[in-house]
Amino acid sequence: MRGAWTIVGYAFAESLRRRVVVVVFALTLAFLALYALGVHFAFAEVERSEFVFAELVEERALVGGTLLGLAMFAVLFLGAVLVVFLTNGVVRGDAESGLLQPLVVRPVGRGTLLVARYLGAAAAGVAYVLVVYMLAVLITGTLGDWSPDRPLGPGLALALAVAVVAALSVLASVQLAATAQGIAVFMLFGAGLVGGLLGQIGEALGSGTLERIAEVASVALPFEALYQYSLHLLTESTSGLTEVVIRLGPFGGAEDRGAGLVAYALAYVAVVMAVAVALFRRRDL
Amino acid sequence: MPAALRVTELRKRYGGFEALRGVSLEIAPGEVVGLLGPNGAGKSTLAKIAAGLVRPSAGSAEVAGHPAGSAGARAAVGYLAELFRFPAWMGADELLRLHQRLSGSDGGERERAELLELVGLGHAARVRVGEMSKGMQQRLGIAQALVGSPRLLLLDEPTSALDPAGRRVVRELLEGIRERGIAVLLSSHLLGEVERVCDSVAILLAGEVVARGRPAELARPRGVEIETDAGVRVIAGAGREDVPRLVEEAVARGERVYAVRPLQSTLEDAYLEAVGEGQE
Ligand SMILES: Nc1ncnc2c1ncn2[C@@H]1O[C@H](COP(=O)(O)OP(=O)(O)O)[C@@H](O)[C@H]1O
Ligand SMILES: [Mg+2]
Repeated sequence: MRGAWTIVGYAFAESLRRRVVVVVFALTLAFLALYALGVHFAFAEVERSEFVFAELVEERALVGGTLLGLAMFAVLFLGAVLVVFLTNGVVRGDAESGLLQPLVVRPVGRGTLLVARYLGAAAAGVAYVLVVYMLAVLITGTLGDWSPDRPLGPGLALALAVAVVAALSVLASVQLAATAQGIAVFMLFGAGLVGGLLGQIGEALGSGTLERIAEVASVALPFEALYQYSLHLLTESTSGLTEVVIRLGPFGGAEDRGAGLVAYALAYVAVVMAVAVALFRRRDL
Repeated sequence: MPAALRVTELRKRYGGFEALRGVSLEIAPGEVVGLLGPNGAGKSTLAKIAAGLVRPSAGSAEVAGHPAGSAGARAAVGYLAELFRFPAWMGADELLRLHQRLSGSDGGERERAELLELVGLGHAARVRVGEMSKGMQQRLGIAQALVGSPRLLLLDEPTSALDPAGRRVVRELLEGIRERGIAVLLSSHLLGEVERVCDSVAILLAGEVVARGRPAELARPRGVEIETDAGVRVIAGAGREDVPRLVEEAVARGERVYAVRPLQSTLEDAYLEAVGEGQE
């Protein structure tokens, strides 16, 4: 146990030294500033406009929800970038540079080592997502005077999506050299998002094939489904015409998969990590 | 007490290539063994199997009675790879503390200070790895491998990246380690240092042990050189015990003898003989 915490601490200290942390931090500040600006002007527009259906649609919820939904996509993306870089080269990359062997030789055990490194990166990613998401909620609330009724749920679903990406990245690090690992995980990330898009297109066109592809993609790469689920949680309280209008925007795929999806994602992470540990144990270093 | 290292009929295949072909070797507790062999002989592979980094294809390896790679074996072993790196941002003392925690050592501050002193980095406890010369990193690597007082120390070519002065420091360091009663497997392709610090030597060639013994046993007499007023001659095949007779014969021939020297073959000769002149 003590060894595991030592590795988590080591991984954390090591992450803080990576240049990517500075890059993600700078990108996050830039994103939040732009987001604040966007929220400010969008709501200023709402004040002025003479919207025809003003009676029927809660404009503030429509604008606020749409903007926050887009912000959450940015948070998911930045969170994914963060965890992919934090787990970059954790096994094969570090083994090739000679950093890994001195640690593996110690009695901690390979399984503990890998799980500890995963937990370190996932914890950093989850904390990052929650903080930036909450800042975005705060900005929407202050500058736009709209907040989701239950703000925590969407943030947690988003954080879980990033934890899934981190697990895939650790698995990739066992087999692939550092650069290939980064590329592979971002390709998977893109594939998951495209899968979700195909599902929306399929739904709009009534294409069963596209919807089935999307279904498979969401089982194989559940982070996109988690993102859709977080959007669903965000707009859970909106109803009637507002809901219909919101669904025309980025919320097209927002779906209620509920507790089943969360349980599936947790089991998915456990299985991915079990496979990663099994492969790591067999590996010559 | 079980052997510090015991490998029996050890084999390792990498794909279709057999890097170790039935190696058997034993290191007694406290024994310092030099592992010699040209590049590609399998020295690093053997050290990695003992350290639990590489899984053997066949045969067995035990460290202090525990199967290599098991938690018990890993607790008994200290390892310094041929190519290693420590995080550039870590200080020397910080690195040793990390390894104390990982190895469960309770030596605390005292063990760290002692090890840094032993490797001549007593003044550099706060210096970061990134600011160290290659030689300092190598010495820090040895201190790291000694954390937790291992029963067996595996040093894979610890001097190959060093200049002659650095090599000498490491050699002196090994003398200090020997005094602590730690068994050492020192792999090297530099014969001089092995000859000076090792109790015994194993020569590995293409994955097989081709010679094993004390340096003096491996180094055989090579003849006697005799210098007289008739010139310098070498009597091949002669040894120390032949010297009185050779001098008498020379005197009997009426030559004036100025010097007689039995020629001891060096470990290098033994090595080249075992490995074949073509190599290195
Ligand atoms: N991971 C590996 N994959 C394939 N071949 C390897 C691997 N490691 C070592 N070898 C091969 O095994 C042989 C022995 O290597 P090594 O143990 O490093 O020798 P040495 O340390 O004596 O130079 C070499 O021919 C090397 O190319
Ligand atoms: Mg080698």
